[in-house]
Amino acid sequence: MTMDVSNLTVTKAVESLSENAVRSVDLVQALIGRIRERDPVLGAYVDLNEADALEQAAVADTRRAQGGAGRLLGVPLAIKDVLNVRGQSCRCGSRILEGYVSPYDATVVARLRAEGAVLLGRTNMDEFAMGSSTENSALKVTRNPANTAHVPGGSSGGSAAAVAGGIALASLGSDTGGSIRQPAAFCGCVGLKPTYGRVSRYGLVAFASSLDQVGPLTRNVRDAALLLGIIAGRDPADATTADVPVPDYAAGFTDSLKGVRLGLPREYFVDGMDPDVEGRVREAVAVCRGLGAEIVPVSLPHTEYAIATYYIIATAEASANLARYDGVRYGFRADGAEDSLDLYVRTRAQGFGPEVKRRIILGTYVLSSGYYDAYYLSAQKVRTLIRGDFDAAFQQCDAILAPVTPTPAYRFGERTGDPLSMYLSDIFTATINLAGICALSVPCGLTGGGLPVGLQVIGPAFGESAILRVGHAYERSRDGKAGA
Amino acid sequence: MNWKPAIGLEVHVQLKTRSKLFCGCSTAYGSEPNTQVCPVCLGYPGAMPVLNREAVRLTVRTGLMIGSEIPGFSKFDRKSYFYPDMPKNYQVSQYDQPFCVGGGVDIQVEGRTRRIRIVRIHLEEDVAKNMHFRTVSGIDFNRGGVPLMEIVSYPDLESPEEAQAFLLALKQILQYIDVSDCNLEAGNIRCDVNCSVRPADQAALGTKTEIKNMNTFKGVFHALEHEIQRQVSVLEGGGRVYQETLRWDPDAGATHAMRSKEDAHDYRYFPEPDLPPVRLDPAVVDGWRASLPEAPRVRRERLVREYGIPDYDAGVLTADQAVADYFEAAVRHASNAKAVSNWIMTEMLRRLSERAMDIRSVRISPESLGNLVQLTERRTLNSNTAKDVFAELFEQGGDPRSIVERRGLARISDPAALESLVDRVLTEQARSAADYRAGKAAALQFLVGQVMRLSKGQADPHQTADLLKSRLKT
Repeated sequence: MTMDVSNLTVTKAVESLSENAVRSVDLVQALIGRIRERDPVLGAYVDLNEADALEQAAVADTRRAQGGAGRLLGVPLAIKDVLNVRGQSCRCGSRILEGYVSPYDATVVARLRAEGAVLLGRTNMDEFAMGSSTENSALKVTRNPANTAHVPGGSSGGSAAAVAGGIALASLGSDTGGSIRQPAAFCGCVGLKPTYGRVSRYGLVAFASSLDQVGPLTRNVRDAALLLGIIAGRDPADATTADVPVPDYAAGFTDSLKGVRLGLPREYFVDGMDPDVEGRVREAVAVCRGLGAEIVPVSLPHTEYAIATYYIIATAEASANLARYDGVRYGFRADGAEDSLDLYVRTRAQGFGPEVKRRIILGTYVLSSGYYDAYYLSAQKVRTLIRGDFDAAFQQCDAILAPVTPTPAYRFGERTGDPLSMYLSDIFTATINLAGICALSVPCGLTGGGLPVGLQVIGPAFGESAILRVGHAYERSRDGKAGA
Repeated sequence: MNWKPAIGLEVHVQLKTRSKLFCGCSTAYGSEPNTQVCPVCLGYPGAMPVLNREAVRLTVRTGLMIGSEIPGFSKFDRKSYFYPDMPKNYQVSQYDQPFCVGGGVDIQVEGRTRRIRIVRIHLEEDVAKNMHFRTVSGIDFNRGGVPLMEIVSYPDLESPEEAQAFLLALKQILQYIDVSDCNLEAGNIRCDVNCSVRPADQAALGTKTEIKNMNTFKGVFHALEHEIQRQVSVLEGGGRVYQETLRWDPDAGATHAMRSKEDAHDYRYFPEPDLPPVRLDPAVVDGWRASLPEAPRVRRERLVREYGIPDYDAGVLTADQAVADYFEAAVRHASNAKAVSNWIMTEMLRRLSERAMDIRSVRISPESLGNLVQLTERRTLNSNTAKDVFAELFEQGGDPRSIVERRGLARISDPAALESLVDRVLTEQARSAADYRAGKAAALQFLVGQVMRLSKGQADPHQTADLLKSRLKT
């Protein structure tokens, strides 16, 4: 049978599969058909494993026929090209990982496999997750499905475009300073950045180790809750994962927000914000109030230092994390090197793109002898203050509402000449990574120009249940439909 | 002018763990290149370290043994530099919060005991091994990621002899507490040597040079002899010593400059974000402290005091903890501690070294050795037969008393039986008897030998000689 997959959620797919209304092979075939149609325009996928995915789907169908179970048995998913999948390439939007084949599965990938998911393909991204528009990919251009003249956001732009564009049911992305939430907001899908330590990073190619976190991009909040429940939890292979129990994140879902206190930070509604973005977010706040939530003003006074802090810490860590790409053991190796130093210089000069180089240089500089205290150490202190801001705010509320981005998706090339303005647009998202807490991006309408706007629901550490509950209630009232 | 050297050592010791510092790969030495590797120790994209707790225990154990403070809060840092033997191009090491701070190691040179102060002990991952062939180079990552403990001394050492004594004392401690095999051929111990000289009456240290990557104690000795001499001649010639990194060329017997301070690396240390800081539970550290063996020096003094053996013996026995353990176990079954010590120092250690064996794996139990000593003490065995019995025990184990019984080796203790043998010899060897009576004292030895022969070695030679003498007087 053929079926329409362009609006299919994971939850619905699981239901249809378990009722034997559809086979996994049918789902995968339908998706591949849609991808062939749409992806030449969207450019979301960098690798589509058609034959392999059909084989995985057939195995899933057989397992189901034999009574096998799995929370995602037969459900096709797209994986950002930053996660290792055994036997597949993992290029991270970079030339330097050309030819590299992963010898192992990232923990999150292994957990998806264990639940029977079908790994359909790999999605495009800014090189090494450095960027906010996916324009930094060395592999291809990805377009915003809402308006293909606009960027999809980044760095998980391929994942967001695939999910919002109807060519993936859901995807795993990574978020270091907004890389899940911002493209989700730009493209119009749901994106969740979990608390630092909630989800294993083992097998996630590191950009900034103290900020990176894997999370889902989905078509609704319930799907995000489902996927988080599968990938979250302590991993012996990642010493930074927390030993905190993983609840059923959808268990507390209701249509009401009675008794919920939602904070509104004045620092997140600033001059220069796009009026449509501010308008949609304020409307969403009003909807939440209408659902019974109490809206309380809160303050996050160190917000103005967040971007500087973020770009010092993230680039410092990146400068070390990316040192391993040297042409010695795997990936791209430049020709004609005369000695090992020359090999490093040529390989890295040819293998990395300009934004990655810019950040490596910046990170190397801030860690240099004589500058460490002024930059890195100070940034760590500010980070502690930023964390303190949120600790204080969450004394007064259960979750915080804010925009995801100051503007909607911009046009291609609009910001590439001005890296600083691109950096500054991360203000509402990068701050969350510095604090190590969790946040959800939920679509909250369109601008006058028809571009999606995202509402950010921010929660305290391990407060995913609370933000998912808020996001779900809001989404339901907006959609005005039962079910989902 | 009289010059005084100041020498400090940074000693890198491979710890005796089964797996590497941050992954489960084996640390076994001598396997085929690149057979003990995984995404973590190869620095593959996305791989992350997980700390080996045993390596932490061994590091802290070393610190406790040499009197370091254990701060209880420690962290790892990344040390960045590009080199093909380092897969991530940063080494996970410890910058400012090591596991152990302070402490000291006692050395004895020319009868003088001195305490060499220790700055710190930290833990880091070893690098891989570069191998150069005629036209290509290879890298063996089997060693990459093996736990390496770095022990840093103050520049308290004043001569190459002291440096060597320090390394030997340290090696003895490390083997004694079983934290490292200290196999020099396998590169288990390597060190960097800092050295400066100054006029003997000057307090402030001179400019130091650093000799990198020494892997023999003899090399350290010779390199220091050379480097001290070199610095002295530079200074006496009116020149100045530059702070630089040197390499020792053992064939040329000279040091060569590797790099000077001006182009020294900026390692850009920062806290390793993939490893949470380590908080040591004081109760756990107390447990580790309680499990420490007695220090060799303390034990040596105790053995002298408790068992009345000479200091020399105690020194030999305590050189290896297992030998000292063996001694104390054997003494429990014997009344003469010095006799037990003699057996261990001569027969036992000789046979062990001939076979390149460890006392932990010998067949002869401490109890058997104690019993053997008792048999000789009670004069049931003479010393030659006792050695035969020892040989059998060493090869096969067992109980000395049943060996003596089975082989009929017990000394003739019945006076009548010995008298009849003596009389028989005096009759058969009348000529020698006459020689003795005529004043040839040497003839007595021959007669004793004949009695021993007839008794198949079971006669007591002293008793026999006495009996012969009394018979020959009449």
